Amino acid sequence: MIVPNAKLVKDVLNKESLEQGSTRDGFGRGVIEAGKKDDRVVLLCADLAESTRSHWFKEEFPSRYIEIGVAEQNLATVASGIANYGKIPFITSYAAFSPGRNNEQIRTTISLPNLPVKICGMHAGVSVGPDGATHQQLEDIALMRVQPNMTVVYPADVEEARKATVAAAKYDGPVYLRFSRSKTPIFTTADSPFEIGKANLLYESEKAEVAIIATGPLTYKALCAASGLSDEISVSVLNLHTIKPLDEGAVLKVVKDAGAVVTVEEHQVAGGMGSAVAEFLAKNYPVPIEFIGMQDQFGQSGEPEELVEYYEMGENSIKEAVRRVAKRK
Amino acid sequence: MSTIDDKKACELDAKAVEIRETLIEMLVAAGSGHTAGPLGMADIFTAFYFHILNHDPKNPDWEERDRLILSNGHITPIRYSAMAHAGYFSIEEAKTLRQFGSRMQGHPEREKLPGVETTSGPLGSGLSEAAGIAYGARMDGKKFRVYCLMCDAEHQAGNLWEGAMFAGNNKLSNITAVIDRNNIQINGMTEEIMPLEPLADKYRAFNWHVIEVDGHNISEFINAVEESKAIFEKPTVIIAHTIPGKGIKEIEFDYKWHGKPPKKEEADKFLRELRTLGGTIECYDQE
Repeated sequence: MIVPNAKLVKDVLNKESLEQGSTRDGFGRGVIEAGKKDDRVVLLCADLAESTRSHWFKEEFPSRYIEIGVAEQNLATVASGIANYGKIPFITSYAAFSPGRNNEQIRTTISLPNLPVKICGMHAGVSVGPDGATHQQLEDIALMRVQPNMTVVYPADVEEARKATVAAAKYDGPVYLRFSRSKTPIFTTADSPFEIGKANLLYESEKAEVAIIATGPLTYKALCAASGLSDEISVSVLNLHTIKPLDEGAVLKVVKDAGAVVTVEEHQVAGGMGSAVAEFLAKNYPVPIEFIGMQDQFGQSGEPEELVEYYEMGENSIKEAVRRVAKRK
Repeated sequence: MSTIDDKKACELDAKAVEIRETLIEMLVAAGSGHTAGPLGMADIFTAFYFHILNHDPKNPDWEERDRLILSNGHITPIRYSAMAHAGYFSIEEAKTLRQFGSRMQGHPEREKLPGVETTSGPLGSGLSEAAGIAYGARMDGKKFRVYCLMCDAEHQAGNLWEGAMFAGNNKLSNITAVIDRNNIQINGMTEEIMPLEPLADKYRAFNWHVIEVDGHNISEFINAVEESKAIFEKPTVIIAHTIPGKGIKEIEFDYKWHGKPPKKEEADKFLRELRTLGGTIECYDQE
């Protein structure tokens, strides 16, 4: 059953009743909110104002909006300088370019000196659909989570994206925020708890047999899969919006209860959230794990939903993974 | 007309010799590191730490201080030496360069050593960081200047030109950039590896004010910095023509000294050579 404390949208499992939204919109609203609360917040944009929703901030705070042009290495290094001076810069681009292209600059000039630059990677995963493989960033969680000092957050819907953006402005040090382009169900509410580093249990079953640990918008599909399996296998679902630092306590609790895990993410299975969970469990509580995500391949053009299904990251694939892992116990 | 008198110029020349001596001792103790570039920038670092910078060695985080950004982090030993002589830390500590547990990291780290301003080593990023600091400072009406030292070869990196374009476009006149134009890089001479000329014209095309100076003439360099403060329409770059290894004949102009330290016996000879430079700074010796 849905965890009451998660304060999800009413009738959350009724897919047709849910509003849809893109997490980038949550960012756009959140960064304005952060800007109102703290005048040190500035936004640096690399020629993608509208598609990153940076133009909303520009309208609200024109003097705190800085245009960089098509130069993602400069985006990261100018942001390092402006953070070094004392501002809180949010830098926006497609995740394919930032942190895709400017990885070394992020490492040397942001992570190593531990500066509060908030790196906002848009259009991550296959959510950018028709643009094809060049723009479908599927390795960014891996790139960012291996850098010491870096925090990695991947919101599950628009509302959580807004909260994550506001929270990132107040959070010490560098943060990577991952956002999607396609519209996905809005299933959390303004009252749903959100704190960087604290995973949220969304769905629980008495004597759960499998724990699904999900991150990003696919979390809703995990929720539907858990509910759909309720007559067959009892499942719990943890929303691991913060991939680093890992909420070890929350992960350990659901895994100890269930004894088997399925991880769900729109990212390469190598190096992503599933890997982070597996690294922790291998040392502390080894159990069978199945990994939903891109299986060491690049994407292609297509509609986002179509791609999610084709690459076996949809609701049915999650159910299949739950069945497989339950048998491995 | 010079902004400093002859006596001051002589004092600074003598200080530069001391800073070079400490550098040689640091490199010998470390057993690794760069020699030619740091020696070539001794005069400019002396000019900064003993005349140009508005700074407080005892309060390196003072908010109103001028920022000195070192983009080419590999010449950091000469900066450490100058900082030690200026009173940021002891000369003994400077000699712990590159040792385990030392704040004198092989390449500078902002988190470890207050006063170095940025973490650098990978080339081509410092100008963008300086531009970010300058942009933020201008937003808040701050009066301090941002200085950015770069080597010439890092102008082969794309990130650097992105920064140059940004600073020029935004007319960041609170930046004075300095290029150590010593013409050498690891694999040989810059003009053979990947030519940079016409370097001044490139900066002019990016909306920069350009001044060219002899990087070993401290008075001339200080005058150029003063001129840069009077330019309000655009950022200024000073192309400082330097001799790599300056001060030690055997090292001068030899790119093989880019990335290695002197051995103990060599260092003894070099230090003797530096210490007999008296003839060139007579006016100071007569004091």
